Amino acid sequence: MTEHIDRVRTYVLVFAVLIALTVLTTAVAFVDLGPFSVVVALAIAVCKMLLVALFFMHMRHSTRLTRLVVLGGLLWLIILILLSLTDFATRTWVGVPGR
Amino acid sequence: MITAALQEREHYLNASYGIKSWLLTKDHKRIGLLYLATITLFFFLGGAFATLIRIELLTPQGDLVSSETYNKLFTMHGVAMVFFFLIPAIPATLGNFFLPLMIGARDLAFPRINLLSWYLLVIGGLLSLYAMLAGGVDTGWTFYTPYSTSYSNTWVIATALGIFVAGFSSILTGLNFIVTVHRMRAPGMTWFRLPLFVWSTYATSVIQVLGTPVLAVTIILLFCERVFHLGIFDPTRGGDPVLFQHLFWFYSHPAVYIMVLPAMGVISELVSVYSRKPVFGYHFVAFASVAIAVLGFLVWGHHLFVSTQSLYAGLVFSFLSYFVAIPSAIKVFNWTATLYKGSISYDTPMLYAFGFIGLFTIGGLTGLFVAALGFDVHVTDTYFVVAHFHYIMVGGTIMAYLGGLHYWWPKMTGRMYPEGWAKLSALVIFLGFNLTFFPQFVLGYLGMPRRYHVYPPEFQVLHVLSTAGASVLAVGYVIPMIYFIWSLRYGKVAGANPWGATGLEWKTASPPPAHNFDETPIVTHEAYDYRAVMGEVEVG
Repeated sequence: MTEHIDRVRTYVLVFAVLIALTVLTTAVAFVDLGPFSVVVALAIAVCKMLLVALFFMHMRHSTRLTRLVVLGGLLWLIILILLSLTDFATRTWVGVPGR
Repeated sequence: MITAALQEREHYLNASYGIKSWLLTKDHKRIGLLYLATITLFFFLGGAFATLIRIELLTPQGDLVSSETYNKLFTMHGVAMVFFFLIPAIPATLGNFFLPLMIGARDLAFPRINLLSWYLLVIGGLLSLYAMLAGGVDTGWTFYTPYSTSYSNTWVIATALGIFVAGFSSILTGLNFIVTVHRMRAPGMTWFRLPLFVWSTYATSVIQVLGTPVLAVTIILLFCERVFHLGIFDPTRGGDPVLFQHLFWFYSHPAVYIMVLPAMGVISELVSVYSRKPVFGYHFVAFASVAIAVLGFLVWGHHLFVSTQSLYAGLVFSFLSYFVAIPSAIKVFNWTATLYKGSISYDTPMLYAFGFIGLFTIGGLTGLFVAALGFDVHVTDTYFVVAHFHYIMVGGTIMAYLGGLHYWWPKMTGRMYPEGWAKLSALVIFLGFNLTFFPQFVLGYLGMPRRYHVYPPEFQVLHVLSTAGASVLAVGYVIPMIYFIWSLRYGKVAGANPWGATGLEWKTASPPPAHNFDETPIVTHEAYDYRAVMGEVEVG
């Protein structure tokens, strides 16, 4: 396993982009995009998450095993959300007697 | 003479002395013993609550304690047993002590983090203990909202924070084990030469790392709603109470496998040693552990069948729940096949292993009953469910834990336990257990709800049987406590390999030296290869 070290400039640049995206999130919050507000906010959040993981957490240069661990964590998050949604999304499919 | 010889040799117990040498130790073996003492304390505390519950249930009237006190008793029984005994039981004591020994390592990958995780368990335990002494908590160990966040006037936050802190102990132990298995195996110890206890502990660690953070998040949300009145779970504030149950059971169902997977690992070791045969279908048993770890995360909704969860989600979760039966059955059938034509000896650990196989099978099969959506609606929140999960937790995990403790006791202490007393107590525990919990299946099927201390008089006979069984069970648990302590001084000196077993842990002295092995072992055989090593092993 070789240790790859990014230049300081790269880190500063990534930091600046993260701050810019934060400002963007705040700015977009003032624009009424209807249902797309959530989509845009989450898309920006995913970009920021990827930047942090790839650069600050060194995912770009990590071993396949480390990437597998991270992907495993993501997959488990998807399981949590997806299976909870099987409940939430289908609750109204069957009417409640007496209501 | 022999005692003198034992004391002369330096091992992990006499390498250094004093309180500080224990409280600041980085030796996984000593930390294992620290865990052993801690969880034994919580086991007997949880047992004391159970005793009071069973005495109260002797009569149909609520005559020993008030309803409020009864609610607190079953809550604190659950909290003490689940979070401070069962979850750390096998991984943190036997796993901590034996995982490095079994893979030929000098210690865990992160010895300091290992010590930290014990301190976290102690701090969490003290917080919960404080809550119990200050007035207790009455929400049930599941902390269902909105009762726990808006209505209960008991020590919810202190107890939940104790569990929150103990959760980090569990995460760090899991992380430590995963890295250790990946990085610290002795030369020649390939993945498919690992003892099955290591495989199951590894699978357990994966659950601990992936699941426990969700419990932490859930507790933080509970904290926010109870303290800051944010509307998350309470419908009167715009929250969703079923969301709490989703988040809680996303961790707490896999937590069942945190408790029972290491137990299955212990049984694989025991069945192999005492029938002098390699475990039948090693690869299947190993992958069954991984399969249980993964499938365990897909079934949590079967705890929510009557919680206004969508019917369609109920169908999905009911269907997925059946899949857990496949790897579980693979294990039970493979242990049974291992016994076939084996040279079986009936030492105490093997008696516990037989007990486990029978009781786990009953617990597992009734698990299929309650996974069935239609049947579960009938028995939800009855004693049928109580009996089912006690067959898994007590009949499964505690049987395996005691079996493992007896099996490895000579390695941990250098002394044998008294075999006659041990066999007697194994028998007493088996009989006491069944007398306690089998009547509860019948009670539940007839409609006795759980968490009530007043009941119709026609249920009394079965309740009396159950309480009688609990008394027998209590005696069965006290006997080993006494003779284990007795054996520390008076037990027969064990020797390096009293069972003639094949694992690396038996290749070093009993008790092991501070750094486990005098020279790094080199592995040249598959696990449990009794034919290949029979010549080398010295039985004695």
